[in-house]
Amino acid sequence: MKPPRTQQFLGRDSYRMRRVMDAARVLPLFGLILLLLPLMRHSPEFEAPPTATETVYLFAVWAALILAAFLFSLWLRRALDQPERRADPPDPIADTSGKED
Amino acid sequence: MSFNLLVLTCLGYVVLLFVVASAAERAAEAGRAGWLRSPLVYTLSLSVYCTAWTFYGAVGYAARSGLEFMTIYLGPTLVFVGWWVILRKLVRIGRENRVTSIADMISARYGKSNLLGVIVTILCIMAGTPYIALQLQSIAQSFTVFVTDPAGSSLATDTTLIAFWVAAGLAFFTIAFGTRSLDANEQHPGVVTAIAVEAVVKLLALLAVGVFVVWFVATGPADILTRIDAQALPEWEIQPGRWTGLILLSAIAIICLPRMFQVTVVENTDDQHLATASWAFPVYLFLISLFVLPIAVIGMELMPAGSNPDMFVLTLPLHLGQDGLALFSFLGGFSAATSMVIVASLALATMVSNHIVVPLWLRARSARQQDTGDMRLLVLSVRRLSITLVLALGYIYYVITGGSAALAAIGLIAFVGVAQCLPALIGALYWRGASRNGAALGLVAGMLIWLYTLLLPSFGPDVFLSARLMESGLFDIAWLRPYSLFGLTTLDPLLHSLFWSLMVNVMAFCAGSILSFPSPIERVQGALFVDIFNRPGTARSWTRPIAEAEDLLPMAQRIFGLTEAQSFFRAQAKLQGKDSYLPDITPEFVEALELKLAGSVGSATAHAMLAQTVGTSIVSVDDLMAVASETAQIMEYSAQLEAKSEELSRTARQLREANEKLQTLSVQKDAFLSQISHELRTPMTSIRAFSEILMDTEGMADEERTHFAQIIHDESIRLTRLLDDLLDLSVLEHGQVQLNIAPAKLRNMIDKAISASNSVQADRKFTLHRSRDREDIEIVTDAGRLTQVFINVLSNSRKYCDAAEPQMRINVRRRGEMVEVDFVDNGSGIPRDQEALIFEKFSRLTDSLQAGGAGLGLAICREIMLNLKGDITYVPGQGGAAFRVSFPIRLQARDSAQPASADSAEAAE
Amino acid sequence: MGKRVLVIEDEPNISEALRFILSRNGWRVEVTADGQAALGSLSQDPPDLLILDLMLPGVSGFDILRDLRAREDTQSLPVLMLTAKGQAADRIEAERLGVTRFMTKPFANADVLAAVHEMAQT
Repeated sequence: MKPPRTQQFLGRDSYRMRRVMDAARVLPLFGLILLLLPLMRHSPEFEAPPTATETVYLFAVWAALILAAFLFSLWLRRALDQPERRADPPDPIADTSGKED
Repeated sequence: MSFNLLVLTCLGYVVLLFVVASAAERAAEAGRAGWLRSPLVYTLSLSVYCTAWTFYGAVGYAARSGLEFMTIYLGPTLVFVGWWVILRKLVRIGRENRVTSIADMISARYGKSNLLGVIVTILCIMAGTPYIALQLQSIAQSFTVFVTDPAGSSLATDTTLIAFWVAAGLAFFTIAFGTRSLDANEQHPGVVTAIAVEAVVKLLALLAVGVFVVWFVATGPADILTRIDAQALPEWEIQPGRWTGLILLSAIAIICLPRMFQVTVVENTDDQHLATASWAFPVYLFLISLFVLPIAVIGMELMPAGSNPDMFVLTLPLHLGQDGLALFSFLGGFSAATSMVIVASLALATMVSNHIVVPLWLRARSARQQDTGDMRLLVLSVRRLSITLVLALGYIYYVITGGSAALAAIGLIAFVGVAQCLPALIGALYWRGASRNGAALGLVAGMLIWLYTLLLPSFGPDVFLSARLMESGLFDIAWLRPYSLFGLTTLDPLLHSLFWSLMVNVMAFCAGSILSFPSPIERVQGALFVDIFNRPGTARSWTRPIAEAEDLLPMAQRIFGLTEAQSFFRAQAKLQGKDSYLPDITPEFVEALELKLAGSVGSATAHAMLAQTVGTSIVSVDDLMAVASETAQIMEYSAQLEAKSEELSRTARQLREANEKLQTLSVQKDAFLSQISHELRTPMTSIRAFSEILMDTEGMADEERTHFAQIIHDESIRLTRLLDDLLDLSVLEHGQVQLNIAPAKLRNMIDKAISASNSVQADRKFTLHRSRDREDIEIVTDAGRLTQVFINVLSNSRKYCDAAEPQMRINVRRRGEMVEVDFVDNGSGIPRDQEALIFEKFSRLTDSLQAGGAGLGLAICREIMLNLKGDITYVPGQGGAAFRVSFPIRLQARDSAQPASADSAEAAE
Repeated sequence: MGKRVLVIEDEPNISEALRFILSRNGWRVEVTADGQAALGSLSQDPPDLLILDLMLPGVSGFDILRDLRAREDTQSLPVLMLTAKGQAADRIEAERLGVTRFMTKPFANADVLAAVHEMAQT
């Protein structure tokens, strides 16, 4: 039997939310890689692109990052008040007896 | 432009700021702070990141190094765009724990340790003071650049004097709006609003100059791009190391800078604001940077050679006759500098007062046990004094080093300094195992490396570090040269210092954390911080407080003031369902009070103050368990259950094993009792039967009478021996045995044992293999007792060895301080399931061949060996029954006095 | 000629005492310590009475008793069981298996004689 359609939609919604969180986590890394790209264009054999080109490139990446952050923030602000589920097990703090001081 | 006009403009601007700030304060007090607490104001307040160093310096930076200036803004952009990873957690924790500064944050996480608070405070002062000096310098410099009538006023050329008045004015402003009240959350709406206004001013000023340059000097973006390429210098080439390193460094700085922590975390009122700032602040940085390169390029093109590119933002409009624009630009730079100084001195002063002055005062007070005065006034005075002190330090620093190259570079140097907080801060958020000792160790180590490799050398040779030391290293060790530690010569000094300081910091932090044991409060705080998002409620670090509400109320009044303290107590009492001013002193109440206090005086001080009144805060293991169950157990339900069930099944298994052993022992005990009964009754039966015969038989032959009497005699001896064994065992078991410790030859003992055991089944041929040479060991022990053990083992073998031609091998071996004697026969040995029981005193393997023993022999042997600090074990799989007797070569006399069975494991292999 | 009694007992001193007492009162006494071997001879040539020790090497007195009661020719053989363990459970077990008399060691010589005499009458 199929579950009611609305319920399925909610499930999809929270699933999508968690994926957006994932994306938000990798966004800075992705951004860093893009910002480091100019380094790879500077090799001894080839003429580096002119500064103006790099300037345009960097500001374009910057703008793209801002746009992505803006879009993510629309999703993420809804998730702010909900507790987050974590997959990794905690550090059990009750297993070793704490020393009192 | 006249100097007086300039001063008037500045004053007018400052008055505007005062009006804005006080309006904001009034609105906040009246509860109409809605628009003040908007995401926009929050985002704009973050712009204190962009200081005068940004406003003026970025253009100079771009003129000298091309695109590299962008790294300073790209790092923060990445951090804000990735707010979900770090900032969100940082802000949430900061708000929920009413953190007052980065020092407070670190101190709170690591067990409310004031030591850490002090370390971070000192670090931040060292990094922050030169930075403040830099701002004073830039303001002073901009004045001199601007003023066209140097003769008009002596003040105009005296940069030191300008700097002094600026510092004084800023101190006044900061005190006025930063210490109006000891706000519960240590938030300052007036300051934040003024900062927001300044943010708009400096952005608009820079944009105005930029627009002018691009569209009125050049002919548009395309023209600018061609001019950029025309002006490009070889030094503009992007250097991979610096590019990467500076992006990371500025990313770290935006998290760790005290003033950034102040506006990002302390002044935050809502997570939603952060969501907006995640893109809006990068937009701000984007706009700030947009025209930097164009201004630099046009400046280089149009300004006379030798002009200071750091002042292009100001001098270019002046040069082109745009006095109005230049004035606006001047105000922008002024805004940038003042906002930074205000927030930085506020943040630093909070740290100084909360972590250094107030704790010292509390300590002094507790020593004198005086309990009077309004703490509120004291804390505010301390705060005001600290602000003055911080600004004075900045000013003095400026005067001493004024205008030197060292000051210009101080921005990045300060970044590396505050970056030392990063490991402790990240550990605070993500690693429960991070401990106070680790954090302190890492901070101090990183700070020292930073001082040695960057800050001190930056003043130039022979100021702090001698030229000789710079050249050939500490103690003339080349590997200790400040700019190339361990021979690392390829990095530039900044990256070199960043690399080594963070590397050593992280290593010390990890090692210290791994090797130390955190205190219970640290563990509670660690759980609270790390699991902030997985927590259904707050955990407590207070248990069973013993103070009365009457004691706490006066203390709270001293901090919050009469009205607020009373209304807080009243509200708490209401929460508890009580209609009175005094709530019950529950852990929850003390926790709430501590949190409120922490908002005013910092967590460590708040904790110390409450501890002084309430008594010691005892965090018991039970509480830790409670935290564990509240935080972890609920969310990681299945993992916990799994671990629990595994633990349960392990316990159950152990219980089952213990139970089985107990049951076996119980059966053995019953069997033993009935065995003892049998052993006692059997000789008795013979004795009674024959004595009756002797009594009632007339005319018995003498020979027969003697025979019967002999039987009675033998059986009596058998009875006596049995009782002796039982007594012996009892004495040995209770460790009351007197040992006669003396030197003796092992060989003689074995000889004696062999001849004594020969009487057992003397008709059976029993072959012995031994190595008399190896037995030639002199030992110090109770020879009689040890021989008794040997006799027992040998007799057992003679009794039970079921081989057709019984053989026994005796093997002697030295193992360190121990001697091992193995007795191995060629019988079928002891069944596996019986091995565990043969040394139990109620055991006897079979009922056959009960040659006078009652199964006590091996039990006695074991007790003897334990008394002799040795052991007797059964060694399976030797092709027969094999017993290993081990004992120390030299038995210390006093060791034997202790109860024996406690250290049975000691000699076991 | 007196009646024949077989004593199965592994303690040589006790069996010697029993032999002395019984033969003095006109019994023909045979003694063995090996219960397993005794079973064989019992069925070939049953004695008039059996005195049986409970704890024997290799085999229990109960096993021998159970065996005897299972065979037709020794079903009603009077059996006096002696035990040094003296536990109530042993007595109950012995009676369940159909022992004639049960006595604990040490015994009074007169009691053994009286019991043997009584058992021989029936």
